[in-house]
Amino acid sequence: MSKKKLRIIGYAILLLLVTISLITPAFAQGEEPTDDEVNKIAKQLYCPVCESTPLDVCPTEACRQWRELIRTQLAEGKSEDEIKQYFVTQYGARVLDEPPNRWASYLVPVVAFLLGAFMLFRGFRMWLKPAGARPAEIKNDAKPVPQDDYIQKMEEELKRRK
Amino acid sequence: MTESTNNAPERKGVPMWAQVIIWVFLAGLLVIVAMGLNRAQQGTIQPGQEVDDFALPLFSGYEYEGKSEVHLEDFRGKVVVINFWASWCKPCEQEAADLQRAWEEYGPTGEVIFLGVDYVDTEPEARVYLKKFGITFPNGPDLATRISQYFRIKGVPETYFIDREGVLHYVQVGPFTSLQQIKNIIDPMLAE
Repeated sequence: MSKKKLRIIGYAILLLLVTISLITPAFAQGEEPTDDEVNKIAKQLYCPVCESTPLDVCPTEACRQWRELIRTQLAEGKSEDEIKQYFVTQYGARVLDEPPNRWASYLVPVVAFLLGAFMLFRGFRMWLKPAGARPAEIKNDAKPVPQDDYIQKMEEELKRRK
Repeated sequence: MTESTNNAPERKGVPMWAQVIIWVFLAGLLVIVAMGLNRAQQGTIQPGQEVDDFALPLFSGYEYEGKSEVHLEDFRGKVVVINFWASWCKPCEQEAADLQRAWEEYGPTGEVIFLGVDYVDTEPEARVYLKKFGITFPNGPDLATRISQYFRIKGVPETYFIDREGVLHYVQVGPFTSLQQIKNIIDPMLAE
């Protein structure tokens, strides 16, 4: 076989391989996703038009269009996360059944709760133990507290004058 | 007599700086809650209010003077008609032809601009809708529903008429029933 013929066969094989490599993903992407696959993603999304109704059971035309969009994107080979991200970009984060994990949305109620609990604790403690009302001080048999010299002299002077 | 006063234990309170921080924080929290409630109670943006600038990306084939994104500020000095619609919205179909006729009448004057804002829709269906009603004025998606949230629309269709100074002049909730109805709103705005 001449070199020329070998080269032509080589090019033909190369062309065939390239064609196969291009066609194979197209077959994979062209597969029609099942309703279950569509609904698996749809039930994680909410249409802003229909309040509190997950997309998989929402009967409106808008939701039907969204489900078809999910089907189209699945057929194009997009992942679940990519599809959800597309919906967030197009329609906002409120389409997700769980809001994005924003630290502020958790931090504010937690801090407010802790602050409230702290203030209640302090309030109750002050209410139960008013200042100066120590049990040792209100008992009659409590030991006299030592006084300073000046007060002692004053009291002795007063006793003498009586 | 003097025992109890002399020996009263000193109360250790929260330091002043901590009290100030706590009260400032609580006041801030109350302000945030109040603002949220106030906003929730407000209806749509009211006529007489100046409309803030926003960006509207446009569908391919529905650009404005070659721009794929327009800003409200670009149209200062013109009457702006912002129409919220969706392909799944049946009442929107009632007014689509009248809006297009109004655009054909006012568009060439250069004094009025129509902007279609496609609310919570899918692009393929939106394109079918635009083609079906022969709509040619600039149209684009309400990405992340930012524009509709700003105007606090109650549904579609809704149409907002903004005067040359950028102040909201009139809000049409629901579909127009005739071309004349649209003209009756725009003509006085142009005469001002």
